[in-house]
Amino acid sequence: MMDTAFIWDIFLRLIVALRVTLSVWALSVFFGAFIAAGVTWMRGSGVKPVEWIARAYIFVFRGAPLLVQLFVVYYGLSSFPVVRASVFWPFLRDAFNCATLSCALCTAAYQSEIFRGALAGVPHGQVEAARACGMSGFLLFRRVIFPIALRQALPAYSTEVISMVKATALVSLVTLWDVMSVALKIRNDTLVTYTPLLVAGAIYFVVNYLIARIFIFIEQWLSPHLRARSA
Amino acid sequence: MQPVTWTTALGFGERGWGPALLEGAVLTLLVSIAGLAIGAALGSLVAWSKLSGVRIAAAIGESYAAIFRGLPELLVVYFVYFGSSAALTGLDHLFGGQGFLGVPGFAAGALAVGVISGSYQAEVFRGAFLAIAKGELEAARAVGMGRWLSFRRIIAPQVLRFALPGLGNLWQVALKDSSLISVTGLSELMRTSQIAAGSTHQPFTFYVAGGALYLALTSVSDRVFEFAEARATRGMRREAR
Repeated sequence: MMDTAFIWDIFLRLIVALRVTLSVWALSVFFGAFIAAGVTWMRGSGVKPVEWIARAYIFVFRGAPLLVQLFVVYYGLSSFPVVRASVFWPFLRDAFNCATLSCALCTAAYQSEIFRGALAGVPHGQVEAARACGMSGFLLFRRVIFPIALRQALPAYSTEVISMVKATALVSLVTLWDVMSVALKIRNDTLVTYTPLLVAGAIYFVVNYLIARIFIFIEQWLSPHLRARSA
Repeated sequence: MQPVTWTTALGFGERGWGPALLEGAVLTLLVSIAGLAIGAALGSLVAWSKLSGVRIAAAIGESYAAIFRGLPELLVVYFVYFGSSAALTGLDHLFGGQGFLGVPGFAAGALAVGVISGSYQAEVFRGAFLAIAKGELEAARAVGMGRWLSFRRIIAPQVLRFALPGLGNLWQVALKDSSLISVTGLSELMRTSQIAAGSTHQPFTFYVAGGALYLALTSVSDRVFEFAEARATRGMRREAR
């Protein structure tokens, strides 16, 4: 028989910690999207050296585990006196900033590949038609390319966004008090083996489920023309 | 002790961590291969359960896949690590043993990578099975092949071929997930980098070196999968464009 009061107590402490998890997640996905947009633009710029930089970025940040990237930023950079004396130090000395920065850099590489695929999937005829109507530059992007690419990117984007929620559990290894690390602390303090981890797992699962639902809702909202017509 | 330059620290000399890092990389490779294999077993079981049409089996398979895809990989690693030792100890007590039995770090790590990978491999295998032309299965039955024979001759070779691209992606994921096993103390690449970083006080050097070795592993194995794919599809007709 499990002690419900004990579970409730764990649940309340983990919900408080959920704020840290969600902050790292939201900030890194948000800034990651901007970096990704830049990388995607560089990748398609047509200038060879710029393209190579973008390719190298994607190769490095997708090929190495996030844990390594996180440790390079948090433990690696701070080991240089030059860094500690620089203007970046007030930013980099904080574990929260380091965690968010590495998560953003990592997800940017994955998001950039999603953006690239979505842009490549815009039918050529649509772009030609728009040009024939006299659209070009930003207007063409805003009215034709972006709306189509957005709809094509959404399914893969939701997968990436959800995998970032799971990835934030790694920030527990750089001293942040997120859901994962608070669950481990409760486990160590109370010597109860599974309950804290189970409650944490349930919280992550529900958060991921809700995010997935939101994306399904957005997809349906954006593509009413694809929905099966009700008889 | 004199401070060591980073070239010496990474080297193969008396005070160099080169051999240890390479050993770590080999262990990472082995634990990921074992994990992928466990995942293949679990994944094909789940795919089979979903295709079987037996409601209960499908529900069990589906919930396993949904749960492990929805949990953070790190949480799964902790859970498998703590859980497998507790289960083994419990089993031992059942047979009259006493005291605590720990599951070897390698086995627990491979199992953790495996249950995560399996939840994704299920979809890869299911998709690959559904990609087999229905006529081929009917033709196999028409010439009198039984279930096992048609599985061996018709289904398995094609499922493997169609599943290769998906498995290649999941192999990369397994390699990267295996870095999380470092929290259990198994001295794979990540853990070795941590130990080296701590003992030489050169974290940047060793985490970058560890990262570079991961990159080497992922890019080399990417080539291997490309080769395997080219070989597996060598007899297939190219689609007209």
